[in-house]
Amino acid sequence: MTAIGDEFKRTPVSEPSLALVVRHFVTSHVLFVVGAVVFTVIVICALFAPWVATHDPIAIVFADKLEPPSLDHLMGTDSLGRDIFSRVMFGARTSLMVGVVVTGLAILIGLPIGLLSGYFGGRVDTVLMRFSDVFLAFPPLLLPIAITAALGSGLINAMFALAVSWFPWYARIMRGSVIRVKNELYISAARAMGVSHTRTMIRHVVPNALTPVVVQGSMDFGYTILAAASLSFIGIGAQPPRMEWGLMAALSRSKFLDFWWTVTFPGLAIFVTVLAVNLLGDGIRDMLDPKHKEFR
Amino acid sequence: MSRPMLSVNGLSVDFPELGRTVQAVRGCDLEVGEGEIMGLVGESGSGKSVTAMACLGLVPPPGQVRGEIVLDGFQVVGRKESELTRVRGELAAMIFQNPGKALNPFFTVGRQIADVLKHHRAINDHAAREIVLGAFRTVHLPDPDITFEKYPHQLSGGQLQRAMIAMALTCEPKLLIADEPTTALDVTIQAQVVVLLRELAATRGLSILFITHDLGVIAALCDRVAVMYAGTVVEQGPVADVLGRPLHPYTAKLLDSVPKLGMGKAELTAIPGQVPDMGSLPPGCAFQPRCERASEQCRQHDPVARSFGGGRLAACFHVEDAPELGDDRVA
Amino acid sequence: MDALLSVDGISKMYQTRHGVIRAVDNVSFDVAPGEIVALVGESGCGKSTVALTLLRLIAHDGGRVMFEGVDLDAIGGEQERKLRQDLSIVFQNPYSSLNPRMRIRDIVGEPLRTAYGLRGRALNDRVRQHLGDVGLGAEHMNRFPHEFSGGQRQRIAIARALALEPKLLILDEPTAALDVSVQAQVLNLLRDLQRRLGLSYLMISHNLATVESIADRVLVMYFGRLVETGPVSEVFDHPRHPYTRALLDSVPSIDPRHRDRLKSIEGELPSPLNPPPGCAFAPRCARASARCNEVAPTLERHVDGRQVACYHPLGQDDA
Repeated sequence: MTAIGDEFKRTPVSEPSLALVVRHFVTSHVLFVVGAVVFTVIVICALFAPWVATHDPIAIVFADKLEPPSLDHLMGTDSLGRDIFSRVMFGARTSLMVGVVVTGLAILIGLPIGLLSGYFGGRVDTVLMRFSDVFLAFPPLLLPIAITAALGSGLINAMFALAVSWFPWYARIMRGSVIRVKNELYISAARAMGVSHTRTMIRHVVPNALTPVVVQGSMDFGYTILAAASLSFIGIGAQPPRMEWGLMAALSRSKFLDFWWTVTFPGLAIFVTVLAVNLLGDGIRDMLDPKHKEFR
Repeated sequence: MSRPMLSVNGLSVDFPELGRTVQAVRGCDLEVGEGEIMGLVGESGSGKSVTAMACLGLVPPPGQVRGEIVLDGFQVVGRKESELTRVRGELAAMIFQNPGKALNPFFTVGRQIADVLKHHRAINDHAAREIVLGAFRTVHLPDPDITFEKYPHQLSGGQLQRAMIAMALTCEPKLLIADEPTTALDVTIQAQVVVLLRELAATRGLSILFITHDLGVIAALCDRVAVMYAGTVVEQGPVADVLGRPLHPYTAKLLDSVPKLGMGKAELTAIPGQVPDMGSLPPGCAFQPRCERASEQCRQHDPVARSFGGGRLAACFHVEDAPELGDDRVA
Repeated sequence: MDALLSVDGISKMYQTRHGVIRAVDNVSFDVAPGEIVALVGESGCGKSTVALTLLRLIAHDGGRVMFEGVDLDAIGGEQERKLRQDLSIVFQNPYSSLNPRMRIRDIVGEPLRTAYGLRGRALNDRVRQHLGDVGLGAEHMNRFPHEFSGGQRQRIAIARALALEPKLLILDEPTAALDVSVQAQVLNLLRDLQRRLGLSYLMISHNLATVESIADRVLVMYFGRLVETGPVSEVFDHPRHPYTRALLDSVPSIDPRHRDRLKSIEGELPSPLNPPPGCAFAPRCARASARCNEVAPTLERHVDGRQVACYHPLGQDDA
């Protein structure tokens, strides 16, 4: 036995102080940090809505209707006297749920399709991709409109419709990533060892091909919220009495000129959330970029 | 000897990272004379490539370069980018390991080189083309006018490397810095490139700084050689001396660990351990953990290069302890 | 003694838009038990394709591959699984042959899981044993590839290849991507393992000096064909094929006093889409005659067992 000691020496340097690490991180990723902080606030509002809200969001008080923002009603009241601030807080729950469900469902459908397509290629690839292309052929909101027209309006159907129109992107992204990973040597090594296709795909291909999907998902999160709000705005998404920001803006649309707060605050909530999620997604993409050596 | 073409004095290049600094080059001194072929040999982490880049001011941020680099009388360190672009190509040019990556796949080979030429000189297309064809002939590329119209992917590895040498020569630099140009080439093509470079140095008085990890190529091509380890030059001198009777234990061990044709089936003396992490070097000599001559002095102090006559330098406290070296060190 | 591996007339052709490419052209050779055979050649000669064919990662066209007397194309299922235990590979690039998201324990353990269904303690014990064979310890088991150097990663790849206790190990340029000082470590390890475990190696390399230090026999390939075979010392000291001679002459000696021995030959590999009608090396060969350009020479066996594919081999008619 060759007595060559390949001593594994990873002599750690003096560990930098936590304060230094945090400061370095924040200054080099300002936008990401802003997005993360804002998003965290939104999540907290959503989770703790019953405690954050100042009033009962569904309590109708005609006496207080259409009051402008004040100390009592931070965002004013709507045409039924309901506190808009509280409704916006509860609306956050709906929006986050939409983001998670739609993105999650789209990935759930698209990932296996992309995996099988990229891994096996040939006829499997052709069939699966043509199938996905059918859904890609429709303009972005047209398909959800068509599906909800068929299934009926409502948030659940809208989410399903959005997921179905969204999955082809993930299928394509996954397929591209899988094709790249498939040519790596460790895949050949596994196959040479007799590892089955199934295990190769699950154990070797997927973990290494997942990054672009994760990045896209984090960026899409915001857009799904926007899409759901858009559907609600045109009347086929969330239906009253659900508290959803797009719906809230739609219901008060006619009152915008005289009572600006009824539309502005729900709209602002959508804007801030989508922006925060986008910044977050950009940051995640940068961090997962393999050229970014400091972060693994 | 006349003024050296390239003079590197006390070069240090640091790359600050979070919480630590990676010292890619720690005090490098070397000289390349006019018409001389200088070899720079080392393994990964030795700092040889960073040294080469520093000579043309190409160290990427956040690298910090300190020390002095003088290229034909021109100070390189601390210059502005605009001043450096004038110098690149004219005073010194560089060729790289992967010629395919140095050329833009969207343009023909001839067009790219002609563009470089026109960037430096105020000449028209026709004159540029003539110069490029001449350069192709100098590097023995077959059918220069046909090659001119080819795209990089249509050329073989050897042809690409010649094309890159041609590109480097178009502005008639005095120094050619070659960063592992033959490492990725087949051995027969490597031999062609070595022969070509020898010819260019002889006929045009071109100085060459040739960076490689291959000791055989150094022996075949270079007049002098500098051996780098962990960011510093550990030995320097005429090729026959350094490879024939090495003073530094690393050079000696490196020579022993390389299989050589004609030696037959033999157990090779490996160097135990591995190259240190340049971000956390132990005190004292960087090679000491792997060295059989290491003493307490080596663990405490980092040896400075000393002269041993005949233009030979070595950075070691125990040069005199070298085992008896006969003339049969090399096969 | 019967050959462990017997390759008989295999070829591999690729159909491209511009025509047919013969990556491997009628290659035959044997590897005996306990023997180290080196397949040598430059890029484009087809040596890596041969390796991939043996592993059944790509299919070959024509010819037969026999392992321990069994035709590899005639087997399936259980027999094929058994075969994969006896035949193993170490790839060239230690940086991409290990799954970056798997721990060492799982990487080396995977063949054991797949072939024997080992789990838990039994699996870990075997993994530890094989890691120990290559000089790595139990403390390395939970780490990821990126925490190791190139030389260590190659050791891990070797440990993985040895996990199923194969009889034949295919080594595809095992030290090419490593630092010079580490190459010696890995070569010594390979030599040591071969002696201790009685393995056979089929080593693919373009580095003649490396081949000389470890191999028993050498097979020289050019343009998809075998041009010369024989014991390493004999072929390298007295090459018979002009290409072998040219190859040897191209290797620079470490002794600067011998720098004039370096000879470069002109020209390059012919285009695979436009192969020369006769001998593939003829366009670059100083000894080529009209016959060489018309009909390709076949591999002839000489009385001393060496084989050469040449009408004008060296050392026969003139020096």
